[in-house]
Amino acid sequence: MSFELSDDHEAFRSVVRDFAERELAPHVARWDEEHHFPVEVVHAMGELGLFGLVFPEEWGGGGGDFASLCIAIEEIGRVDQSMGITLSAGVGLGANPIYRFGTEEQKQRWLPDLVAGRTLGAFGLTEPGAGSDAGATTTRAELHGDQWVINGSKAFITNSGTSITSIVTVTARTDAGITNFVIESDTPGMTIEPPYRKLGWHASDTHGIALDDCRVPASHLLGEPGKGFRNFLSILDDGRIAISALALGCARACLEMSVEYAGERIAFDRPIGANQAVAFSLADLAVAVENAHNLTYKAAWLKDQGRDIGRAAAIAKLYTTEAAVTATRVATQVFGGAGFIEETPVARFYRDAKILEIGEGTSEIQRLVIARSLGLPVV
Amino acid sequence: MNVIVCVKQIPDPASPGELDPSSNTLKRDGKLILDESDGYGVEMALQLVDTAGGGEVSIISMAPNGEVSGMRTALAMGAVKGVLVSDPELAGSDALTTAKVLAAAVKKIGDADLVLAGTESSDGYTGTVPEQMAEVLGLPSVTFAKTVTIDGETLKVERQTEAGYDEVTCPLPAVVSVTAGVVEPRYPSFKGIMAAKSKPVDTVTAADLGITPVGWAGARQEIVDVAQAPEREAGEIIEDDGETFTKIVQYLDGLKVI
Ligand SMILES: Cc1cc2nc3c(=O)[nH]c(=O)nc-3n(C[C@H](O)[C@H](O)[C@H](O)COP(=O)(O)OP(=O)(O)OC[C@H]3O[C@@H](n4cnc5c(N)ncnc54)[C@H](O)[C@@H]3O)c2cc1C
Repeated sequence: MSFELSDDHEAFRSVVRDFAERELAPHVARWDEEHHFPVEVVHAMGELGLFGLVFPEEWGGGGGDFASLCIAIEEIGRVDQSMGITLSAGVGLGANPIYRFGTEEQKQRWLPDLVAGRTLGAFGLTEPGAGSDAGATTTRAELHGDQWVINGSKAFITNSGTSITSIVTVTARTDAGITNFVIESDTPGMTIEPPYRKLGWHASDTHGIALDDCRVPASHLLGEPGKGFRNFLSILDDGRIAISALALGCARACLEMSVEYAGERIAFDRPIGANQAVAFSLADLAVAVENAHNLTYKAAWLKDQGRDIGRAAAIAKLYTTEAAVTATRVATQVFGGAGFIEETPVARFYRDAKILEIGEGTSEIQRLVIARSLGLPVV
Repeated sequence: MNVIVCVKQIPDPASPGELDPSSNTLKRDGKLILDESDGYGVEMALQLVDTAGGGEVSIISMAPNGEVSGMRTALAMGAVKGVLVSDPELAGSDALTTAKVLAAAVKKIGDADLVLAGTESSDGYTGTVPEQMAEVLGLPSVTFAKTVTIDGETLKVERQTEAGYDEVTCPLPAVVSVTAGVVEPRYPSFKGIMAAKSKPVDTVTAADLGITPVGWAGARQEIVDVAQAPEREAGEIIEDDGETFTKIVQYLDGLKVI
């Protein structure tokens, strides 16, 4: 039995940390303030191999394990949650559906660029009327000759409107049931709406999408018709572990910054960390970070073993994202007034954390999954 | 175009270093990492081989306890193989012995068109090893390179000086020391890190290379004393009276940075 990541994992972690601290950290506050999506960072992460970690070498990937991807997301997220979600969604929602369900031809068309971080893909599941209840999708696709005609709208779609977005995969209802389709950017009939004004994740790209007689060739149908619901649920399971890693990066950053500040900041002639009220809240935070780490990498390990991950992914996502939100609250409190000012990164983490409890399945939905796994008759 | 780069593996500067009081030398028994100032040489070598359109980059290192962690970083960046000289006998080696050992390692790899090294390492340094190595190898030595280009059989170096740079040409092979910061070392990619594990590193002793005596026995240099570095002096504050820029220009001129 071992609770340690391998030496290779740690060597990789130190490269990603170095990259994040040198290439991201000096600019994060500005990107956030200007709501700027730094395309060049996506390409740089691609060159590091981050978008291709879990994909086989034949598609230009690194042939690595899921734990490596979690390490990358955690380390990027420790410095910048916006680039962390860009990576997480780019891999999990952009490339992964094509890799998992695409035909050889579809993979050849889209996968190499997605895997290299040259382009980004998005996944449009959520609709104005269908979020947690994703099966309530009302977007419709109909076959006219050799084309599918898609009508409907999607809400809150990450990476859908960047200058390097190549595809949006959408779920739509067909006569066979819920089915996935790949829509290339700039396809007539697909309108990417202006970006949302968000509480956090300012440097991440999120748009609503209107589909108005949007026509795609029959060859853009992804996976089996009618299997769209089951397919996206399994995509989300992977995504939940990735969000857990992102939340872990957030919690860890808050712990590190708070410990440092608590040792330096003097009040009543002593470091604030000399007060048990402050020190103990950080002790509790250390426990939460340790738990979050163990749950995240346990889930990643199960995934790498080819085991069932549904329950473990839900547990990791639930615990870690709630720990991250708590961590940002504790860190802001430890920083006092400075924690409320944008010059300190804890203020940005405070704004960025809340969405972690909402995206890729809210905390309530995770509890539902876990409760069902207990055999409870919960609806 | 085959380039050999000398890389030093040093204790992580992020964690406080410790001196061994009996020898006044830095303790190096923990995990070692690639000296940042050697990352530039590795990057420059990779670029030169790339431009030449063929050949390979090899690395050599002398380090205690069979340590290869830092070498793996250079291999992950793209070097193809390495020679590590690791030998308890080497403890206490002075700069000249180090140069002899590294020169022998250069010969062991063989077939080098160019040998690169940092101008000085960042942990404990004399700033003389590359030049001594050139002498031992009987090769020309060029120091403080800020750019290196190859023109057929000729090496062209922009050599940094206090006032600017000299343009130096010399025949190949040669030993060149590279100034820190002149290129942007690449980050090793995930694939590079994984591939580095299976790249060959030949570990040899000083005796294998035919270099004796080494270590304390061979050292002609001894560290007799160490002292705290002086505290940094407070900076000079110039009140702005509208003409301050002339004083700043004077000051920078005095430092020979402009
Ligand atoms: C920044 C951002 C990026 C996003 N990126 C993407 C993306 O790339 N692709 C995509 O498809 N979606 C994306 N989403 C959408 C996100 O996944 C949904 O917002 C989320 O799943 C919740 O859905 P909803 O907003 O419709 O909330 P609702 O489903 O309306 O939920 C509202 C509240 O009711 C609770 N609730 C609902 N049903 C139950 C129940 N049965 N039991 C108990 N409580 C319940 C929820 O937990 C929540 O608290 C993104 C959202 C944001 C904000």
